[in-house]
Amino acid sequence: MSVAASSVGDMNAMGVRWMAGQVLALAPDDASRKAGSKLGTAGPWSGTGRGEGAVWGLCKGSGGAPYRTVVDTTGPAYACSCPSRKFPCKHALGLLLLQASDPTSFDDAAAAPDWAGQWLAGRRERADSAARRAETGAPAGATADPEAARRRAERRAARITAGARELEQRLADLLRGGLATAEQTGYGLWEETAARMVDAQAPGLAGRVRELGAIPGSGPGWPVRLLEECALTHLLDRAWLAADRLPPDLAATVRSRVGLTAPADGSPVRDHWHVLAQYDTADARLTTRRIWLHGATSRRTALLLSFGAAGRAPRLAFPVGALLDGELTPHPGSGRLRAEPGERFAPVAGPAAPPPGGPVGAALDAYGRALGDDPWLDAWPVTLRDVVPARAEYGWQLADADGREALPLTPAAQSRPGLWRLVALSGGAPVTVFGECGHRGFTPLAAWSPEAPGETVPLI
Amino acid sequence: MDTTTTASTPPTGRPEDTGDESARAWEELVTSALLGTDRRPPAALAGTAAGSLPGALLDEAALHTVRRRAGLRPGAAVAPPEPAPEDPRGPLPAAAGIRLEQLLAGRASPSPSGRRGAAPDLAELLPQWLALANELGYKAPPAALPALLDAARARTDLRPQALRLAGPRGLWLARLNPEWRFALRGTGAGGNLPSPDDPEGVRSLWDEGLFAERVALLAAVRTRDPAAGLALLASTWSAERAEDRLMFLDSLRTGLSGADEEFLEAALADRSRNVRATAAELLSALPASALAGRMAGRAATCVGLDRTAGSPRIAVEAPHECDAAMERDGLVAVPPAGRGERSWWLGQLVEAAPLSCWPARFGGRGPEEIVALPVADDWRAELHAAWCRAAVRQRDADWSRALLGSPAAPPATGPGTSSLAERGRLLSMLPAEERARWVASFVAAHGLSEAFQLLGVCDVPWAEPLGAAVIDALDIARDAGSYPWSFSGVMGLAERCLAPAAARQLESLTALPDEAEDVSPGAGGYWSEAFQRLVSTLRLRAAMRAELTGEHAAAGTYGA
Repeated sequence: MSVAASSVGDMNAMGVRWMAGQVLALAPDDASRKAGSKLGTAGPWSGTGRGEGAVWGLCKGSGGAPYRTVVDTTGPAYACSCPSRKFPCKHALGLLLLQASDPTSFDDAAAAPDWAGQWLAGRRERADSAARRAETGAPAGATADPEAARRRAERRAARITAGARELEQRLADLLRGGLATAEQTGYGLWEETAARMVDAQAPGLAGRVRELGAIPGSGPGWPVRLLEECALTHLLDRAWLAADRLPPDLAATVRSRVGLTAPADGSPVRDHWHVLAQYDTADARLTTRRIWLHGATSRRTALLLSFGAAGRAPRLAFPVGALLDGELTPHPGSGRLRAEPGERFAPVAGPAAPPPGGPVGAALDAYGRALGDDPWLDAWPVTLRDVVPARAEYGWQLADADGREALPLTPAAQSRPGLWRLVALSGGAPVTVFGECGHRGFTPLAAWSPEAPGETVPLI
Repeated sequence: MDTTTTASTPPTGRPEDTGDESARAWEELVTSALLGTDRRPPAALAGTAAGSLPGALLDEAALHTVRRRAGLRPGAAVAPPEPAPEDPRGPLPAAAGIRLEQLLAGRASPSPSGRRGAAPDLAELLPQWLALANELGYKAPPAALPALLDAARARTDLRPQALRLAGPRGLWLARLNPEWRFALRGTGAGGNLPSPDDPEGVRSLWDEGLFAERVALLAAVRTRDPAAGLALLASTWSAERAEDRLMFLDSLRTGLSGADEEFLEAALADRSRNVRATAAELLSALPASALAGRMAGRAATCVGLDRTAGSPRIAVEAPHECDAAMERDGLVAVPPAGRGERSWWLGQLVEAAPLSCWPARFGGRGPEEIVALPVADDWRAELHAAWCRAAVRQRDADWSRALLGSPAAPPATGPGTSSLAERGRLLSMLPAEERARWVASFVAAHGLSEAFQLLGVCDVPWAEPLGAAVIDALDIARDAGSYPWSFSGVMGLAERCLAPAAARQLESLTALPDEAEDVSPGAGGYWSEAFQRLVSTLRLRAAMRAELTGEHAAAGTYGA
């Protein structure tokens, strides 16, 4: 009883402390997770304190002066005087872990020292002014000269149009000579075309072209996959060239697929968001972080994207399994899946139940419907309810508990360690699984067992 | 190019229900695309101008692709795996579950460049954590099983405890992944040993099982009921192969008692020399056995009080031959190279003779007095070494204590043996508390440089005064100006074995001392770092224990 009472007290004072598992889920990679764990003990820390939704402390490193670490847990946002480019750095993780495991080592009464207080004040001020802007209805990125902005946008659209025409020409040449030649010409030609699309300021087209270049080396059945992807790229070119005649939503989808980032202009949705999954994909240029959220009341699934330059972790990080109170603003297009998080995201207490789900057939239906809004979708977020992982001849599948229908896992998901966590969690019995369902199969991202429905088990 | 469905492609790869018509049209598009519209214009697009053919083909292909993707249907489900057996043990407290994941994640990352910073070494704490979790009867969280099995695969020393925590679901999982096949070894038929209370199951596995299964079965039965284990072994003894007999005989060490004597006595006539030697060794561990009696008789003819001397001393007359009867009782006749055969025989005789026979032989003296007696003709080392081995084999605390002597005496001059490894073995014959006291006095008298092996046999956590003695000795070593890595072995032990409460005593040592002139440069900083690691490891161990035992709730995690 005393525990419950103290947790309520915690909540009133400064929002709920994060649990160790949630903190570890914030780590940008395994190395930081391990390094952070090691700093999660009182040993290296001094001057630790907390208040008003923030924690701070001094961490003794190998050098002379200790690092100054402060975390705004309502963000979450971090600042640390260490030179690490990881985000959050191991000191911020260690500080949060220490708070999770040993709250008595924090001084609740002390005011934040100057170095922490200034940073916090600056952050809060920005958040407040953003909120005021939202109230008064002024657009966030309002520019001084709308006329100049319009001219810039027109110039860029013209370059993209030129790029799309050029790409169309390359595709036509390829089809005329036959895809079989694509195997011989190799990656170089595609790489060059991709560079042309970057010049045309159409990163979406450039990305597609790079993927086309990789298909001939992707194993048996590549001509089918290459034709499919060429056809969809052609469809995107055509759609861009005719964008002014498309319905507004589809036009927005096309613009974002081509690579024009439109500001999130939907009406903000405030909810308790359940963090379902967070994972990074990286190529030589960019690390892309995807965070899946599900709103308890709105029943909306949302995708947050965050990017980091080559080798750097993206700045946005949410703890998987947590329930966060905050506002999301949807981007236009692509089924309005992608959203932008507001400045403040505060953890709230209470177990987060898995999103309501359905059988595997319903998951494929949902993907099929979503293709109507965005034919370029590779996968759609779905929750499968009561499914059992089973091994078929071709690999693992997720089968409805009634034993009739099943979805295969994607080839990539077959070889991830997360597969074994899923199998272990199931133990041959039905579980609830969240993931991405698409034409390549199903990618499991999180799972819940009936014994512990409040515990989100990350699978990636 | 074959793009049709085969049995091995996933169901959504190429579904049948898009219709044969559509499938044929798609194949034609793929063929045209592959060969080029110049060479092979698609029939479906007849009438299209050659210049627009590529675009028209791509239009058509896009339509097919999106239609196919939108119309994907699930495939047929295969038979699900057999459900994992129920595990009645309770789940870990939430905080302990998170700790386990951290320990398992930290396992794979030894600190870079081998330097140990001020942070605890998580991999070293895993064995303790597993032992305590098992002691408290928890089961592993299912999602942690893959990492747990990986850890057990990489470190054989973790296997027994890790597999115990993993339990039936761990074995269920291991059967699905060849990388974890090790987990099924040694547990018999995939962990499905019949219960020792199921005579028919035991009988049939014993008669038909593989060797490893039978060894595991015998060990399980013997642990539960020594007499039943012996009966099981005796029932097929004469038909077993020699190397199997040796392994089976070894399992009688568990629960060894006078009831086994008859069987062992018979095994002294075994065809295999190794079996004979093992039987003799087991019998000599039973001081009341006939073999022990025969050995006592032989030893008595070789070792006794010297009647000719003025003051009492021990006279030794080593055996002149090793006869057939001695060989039958397990004596090895041929000494290793470089040893005289008479002293070799003497050593074996004394080692196998029951220690209880000596007080009568030496006029009612107790072990301490006997060990203190001078020995004639340089036989002392040989005789005491044999007594040491006998004390360990017969698990005799009184003789072990006598042979260890006073902890304050320099190791080289004490009775018994100067070998630290053998002293460690003698120590483990003493009750835990006495052991800790003895080692504490040893550390206080001689410092830490020779204490490593002795500390290793003490129970964890170290009982007082042992903990205080080690901390004092570390403090003295620091003040003496040596570097901490000269003591890294003891430091590592202290991190794992000191009682967590000692952290308070250590706190003052973590401060960076002023650099004195006469010490090694920089040593102070390294010591402070080493003590910091020690303190934070102790704190961590206290936290780990609290999480597992449930005392953690008082420290205030939310969500009960």
